[in-house]
Amino acid sequence: MNHKKQIAFSSLEDLVELAHEFNQPISWVIKQYQSQLFESSIESIENQMEKHIQIMEDSVEEGVNNPKRSLGGLIGGEGKKLNEYVQNQGALMGPLGGKAVARSLAVSEVNASMGKVVASPTAGACGILPGVLLTVFEQQNQLPKEKLHDAFFTASGIGIVVSMRATLAGAEGGCQAECGVGGAMAAGGAVELLGGSPEMVTNAVAIALKGVMGLVCDPVAGLVEVPCQKRNASSVSVALSSADMALSGIESTIPADEVIDVMYEVGKSIPPALRETAEGGLATSPTGEKISQQYQESMKEK
Amino acid sequence: MNTGVFEVLGPIMIGPSSSHTAGACRLGLMARQILQGEPVKATIYLHESFQKTRKGHGTEVAILGGILGITPDDERLRKSKEISISKGVEYQFLEKELKGQHPNSCQISLTSKNGKHLSVTGSSIGGGQISISQIDDFSVNLSGQYNAILTKHKDRPGIINRVTKMISSKGINIAYMQISRTKKGDSASLIAETDEPITDNIQKELESHDDIYQVKVIRPL
Repeated sequence: MNHKKQIAFSSLEDLVELAHEFNQPISWVIKQYQSQLFESSIESIENQMEKHIQIMEDSVEEGVNNPKRSLGGLIGGEGKKLNEYVQNQGALMGPLGGKAVARSLAVSEVNASMGKVVASPTAGACGILPGVLLTVFEQQNQLPKEKLHDAFFTASGIGIVVSMRATLAGAEGGCQAECGVGGAMAAGGAVELLGGSPEMVTNAVAIALKGVMGLVCDPVAGLVEVPCQKRNASSVSVALSSADMALSGIESTIPADEVIDVMYEVGKSIPPALRETAEGGLATSPTGEKISQQYQESMKEK
Repeated sequence: MNTGVFEVLGPIMIGPSSSHTAGACRLGLMARQILQGEPVKATIYLHESFQKTRKGHGTEVAILGGILGITPDDERLRKSKEISISKGVEYQFLEKELKGQHPNSCQISLTSKNGKHLSVTGSSIGGGQISISQIDDFSVNLSGQYNAILTKHKDRPGIINRVTKMISSKGINIAYMQISRTKKGDSASLIAETDEPITDNIQKELESHDDIYQVKVIRPL
């Protein structure tokens, strides 16, 4: 099963070329890469992926059905609330979109209340991939589970390329590097899941990242709660619309690798006050300041 | 080092923050590893950002959990204060400025069941990775990714040779090594990070040497 050729890449374009060379999807290329990198069998990689997906499924379940208040006390219960609304009243973006967003809110809550999550690509952005991919897969109920695994491998491949060319850290690139990249990974994974070509995967990535270009990281009171949770939700919408556009054949005028490079340049030019330091943006809005003061006071009490 | 799939889609961790929660827990785990025994008392000094995130990012419970041997992906982490009390482990958190340290740093002071004391200073440097910079009086630079051996010994010729010879004679490869001393002829330390684990035999043989006061074997996290 392992291929002799050394799989190496530094761009999404490389991934597309490799996929064509072997007449396989991007997920196949990523599995070969991972197998070679860690000298492990494809089977063991699949098993590990299964474990990670299981934890994502558990976090969705936990967050939607058994919500807890976050450590900082700013969020909790929003995933359940939206899920019930979607079930009872429907959603403007349809049952799939509504459910995917509800799940992303729920998983963010699990993270903020010290529950178990899979950082994807970071803990702050952990709601997007399970929200999008688990929900899209569930709707395609005739697909075998391996297809879901593959969607996550493709999403990971996208994240790996971003980590090589740019950054996944909010402190370095702002929220576009965390929730933004999470959305791009989810969009690309969804495209492969729905049978899109490798080129379509890269178009989805480009469109998603362009949509959040420049997004700052401005957590209120420095907590991974506000606006992080709802930015997970927004990134789900971006991922779904980007995947739809790519699957319809719409192309990104600017190629995905260039978008990633630009995202990094933009990230570096975001002032430090807007890169996870809680010294600007929503964190220093009048309400943000008030919450921050209350939070500081509450810490002294205990 | 190339990035793998489960670094981007992972780690599996207890939220909310890889550096303030997962990395903090690993610092506690590392201190426990170095102590080599059950802790009964822990004093944790929190520096800058760790001080600020002590509650909202679960930094306190994460460090304490690590000290108790709870890993970053274990849901008991949330309950580490209760677990600590039920195990009879005393703990306290204090604010302290650790000069020259990374904002996400802490100093962990432990006492073990058999009365041994240990002080470890380390930082959570991003993505759950850590760096230990001080063990008791000695400056070190440990990542927790390798096996390691630490010796405290008399600063005199031949000791370092003895330690490295002992390690190499068992077919163990040294990846990184640092030596330092308090002052000439006084006490000195050696830290070697190795590719293979240091065996109990090596530890015992080195401990039997008169000029070697202490040998610690540190397993990777």
